[in-house]
Amino acid sequence: MKIRFCLNGKNLEIETRPDRRVVDLMREDLGLTGTKESCGSGECGSCTILVDGQARLSCIMLAAQLEGRSVTTIEGISGEEGLHPLQEAFIAHGAVQCGYCTPGMVLTSLALLGRKPCPTRKEIREAISGNLCRCTGYQKIVDAVKTFASERKVYQR
Amino acid sequence: MNDYGVINKRAPRLDAPDKASGRAKYIDDMTMPGMLYGALLQSPIAHGRITNIDTSRAKRLPGVKAVLTAEDVGIVHYGVSPARYDETVFCHDKVRYVGDEVAAVAAVDIETAMEAVSLIKVDYEELPAVFTLEDALSQGAPVVQERYPGNLCAEVHQEFGNVEEGLRQSDLVRTDIFVNKRQDGAFLEPQGCIADFSQNGFLTLYSSTQVPHYVMRNIAMVLGIPIGKARVVKPYVGGGFGPKAGTNTMELASCFLSRKTGRPVKMNYSREQVFLFSRARHQFRHKLTTGIKKDGTIMALINECHLEGGAYASFGIATVYYAGSLLAAPYRLANMRYDGYRVYTNRPACGAQRGHGGVAARAAWEQQLDIMAKEIGMDPVEFRLKNSMETGDITCNEFNTSSFGMRECLEAVAGASRWKEKKGKMPRGKGIGIATGFFVSGAGYPIYRSETPHSTVVIKLSEDGGTAHLLTGSADIGQGSDTAMAMIAAEALGIGLDCIRVSSGDTEFGVDLGAYSSRQTLMTGHATKQAAEDVKRQVLEVVAEKLKFPISDMDVKGGVVTFKGYTPDFSSLRGTYLKEHRGFTDNPAEQGPLQFREAARIAFLSRGSIVGTGKYKPGDLGGSFKGATVGTSPAYGPSAQVVEVTVDMETGQIKVDKMTDAHDCGLAINVTSVEGQMQGSLSMGLGEALFEEVKFDAKGKILNPNFAEYKIPTALDMPNVECIIVESNEPNGPYGAKEVGEGAIMPTIPAILNAVYDATGIRVWELPLTPERVHRAIKDMEKRKE
Repeated sequence: MKIRFCLNGKNLEIETRPDRRVVDLMREDLGLTGTKESCGSGECGSCTILVDGQARLSCIMLAAQLEGRSVTTIEGISGEEGLHPLQEAFIAHGAVQCGYCTPGMVLTSLALLGRKPCPTRKEIREAISGNLCRCTGYQKIVDAVKTFASERKVYQR
Repeated sequence: MNDYGVINKRAPRLDAPDKASGRAKYIDDMTMPGMLYGALLQSPIAHGRITNIDTSRAKRLPGVKAVLTAEDVGIVHYGVSPARYDETVFCHDKVRYVGDEVAAVAAVDIETAMEAVSLIKVDYEELPAVFTLEDALSQGAPVVQERYPGNLCAEVHQEFGNVEEGLRQSDLVRTDIFVNKRQDGAFLEPQGCIADFSQNGFLTLYSSTQVPHYVMRNIAMVLGIPIGKARVVKPYVGGGFGPKAGTNTMELASCFLSRKTGRPVKMNYSREQVFLFSRARHQFRHKLTTGIKKDGTIMALINECHLEGGAYASFGIATVYYAGSLLAAPYRLANMRYDGYRVYTNRPACGAQRGHGGVAARAAWEQQLDIMAKEIGMDPVEFRLKNSMETGDITCNEFNTSSFGMRECLEAVAGASRWKEKKGKMPRGKGIGIATGFFVSGAGYPIYRSETPHSTVVIKLSEDGGTAHLLTGSADIGQGSDTAMAMIAAEALGIGLDCIRVSSGDTEFGVDLGAYSSRQTLMTGHATKQAAEDVKRQVLEVVAEKLKFPISDMDVKGGVVTFKGYTPDFSSLRGTYLKEHRGFTDNPAEQGPLQFREAARIAFLSRGSIVGTGKYKPGDLGGSFKGATVGTSPAYGPSAQVVEVTVDMETGQIKVDKMTDAHDCGLAINVTSVEGQMQGSLSMGLGEALFEEVKFDAKGKILNPNFAEYKIPTALDMPNVECIIVESNEPNGPYGAKEVGEGAIMPTIPAILNAVYDATGIRVWELPLTPERVHRAIKDMEKRKE
């Protein structure tokens, strides 16, 4: 079937099977490999994308569900002037280790900041609790989101 | 204070921008023209004889390019330790666990490959299986590996000092039995690989591995090709923690499939297959008998350990040695006996995981010592301080602690957690506990017996001298070794971190044994420092010749060549450099100091490519008794932790409220990364303590091979961790640095156990501390009191 949706700010019309998993659509058909697959069953958050600003798991979402929606992947949040400041905060705070959970973490955090611009550490922990990370113990991720939210600091590298 | 320019600071990781932006390429993000997809046929039963394999239907399926079984690839035994090469690519006689690999298919897409796998017909004659230590060791038990009747994969018997005498002199002797459960590595990125066997006979394997070097040796050995024709490249890797430190079946199968088809072949594990392959933490059963004096002196320890190891040896020989040797520190202990047994069962093979072999032992002993300290009326911190080893102490099994800030770590966590104000003064249901631990800073000897350097590093300057390219076979699997090496190189060269480019994880760059046993900071770090110093020397030699200035009075600092005494006239060198760089906009200011890149350009013009090399091999270390190599290391990193918990006395639910961790890493190369390792270690320890357990049904099938039912800590389970870095300046480490990646997990489980006791009065001897288990223990205690 044909589906139309907005991907990273650009309107798109593609021909695909309606039951194609969104993670495969992104990674294999559209070459957006920043979206990661880890568990394949909606348990780890690695494949998180934003659909109309909400964090959604692309491994348990089907292509037809994207019709008319606005989708943002990790590739879509950095602009011409460089990375998104939240990405810079992740880098500055050491919130990235193996990096496999990072795209999902960044997008889930952005969704949180969209509905709650200045969350507490507890609210951040709750928001990212569906995104598993085996490396960091989460603390530096919480540091990054919290500092970014409260200071809106511009990080220099 | 020191005057380092680059190291011992906080640096953003070199790989972080790629990873944060989604640009970083992991194995599953890679494709190649003409690439085929491979899939494995794995055994549905735990133990059985293969009587027939019929691949004809699979071969006939359109899109299938190759189907391979043991008949096609032969029977070359491989594994981790040459003393126990007990694996073959595909099973030829028997299958030994649910998931054992029988055949592989390559096809035009993954769907076709999986369909072809389902068309292979295997006839099994099912055999009785053994799943537990008790079953496997019972009289007349079915044999898993025919070469090891009785299912004993390895046994260890060691005695140091005089244990009987030590116990006789003790005022208090106590015996306890402790059991943990199989843990899964639960790294976020499942293993995967792409094999590309070129038409001219050179093989390149791209793989999500911790150890490109060892994988290269295994694929060369099993495929029967020279090592020089086998290359292993590690792309970005999404965590490893041990299970990726051996060769997996896909790595070999994909190479054979690529050789057969002449095309690149990609293979991936699903999450379920990650659990099936396992190679993660063993199940340990420790029986510990400890004797102490009334004044708290630890006199003797008898440690008997059984390891349920699964169907193959994997790292198991090292594991069974570690489970004994790692109790010889961090307390002074003159008398220690160890009897270890690693047992084969019809389950997936266990291997190495963070804190290799020592985590369960540590949990068992630290809990027992806590009980004994209480019985003699001694505070747990005081008891540990009394027994702590100090720098220069040598253990009974001959580990030499050339730096050892155990006491400093203990004092730091006791102070920061306000131990004295809290211990014994918290309300029922709330508690505080302490424990210690330590780990090696790299295995002192390679896995195969060899005189090889453990690490070789090459640093090559770009022709303009502005960039130093560091080439290493070491493996950054997320821990940050690339950045640490860049920092060490920049420090040694005297230039900025932004002038270093790192290429790593490729066997073409030299020998490096890889990311295991917390070795790279110390070992690759040494080789890196030496290579950088070699480059600097070559550049300064040319400058010295040109300027007729003694090389001994020159150095490089902050990207600038410094001269002692007076500054010679270097205008001719500058003139040459400027002539070479006409039109460039970043040329040095006319009056400014001589920059390193200018000097390096001049050196290039005079000598050609400036290439520095470094290598590292530990000296002769440790004892000469059997097994002395396991645990022997150039340096040891001790750590201490205080954990505070709340236990719901009704439901048995545990919440970890606070963790205070101090670790002696010698000198922190990248402070942020050291903290990251500490926090990550604690998280993995918390998971093993509270929830993690790979469960099996009665037929040996894993019941919870997914993240829904195999729980690892989430952001809500982890409290904030207060990290205290203790720097003891290790004489055997580059710039004084040593490990942090594994030592930091050692105290976590027992600190939680001891805190749970403080909160509830119960001692639990079986992990994990599920609400059910804790609830039952609380009820039993209440019943006993009635």
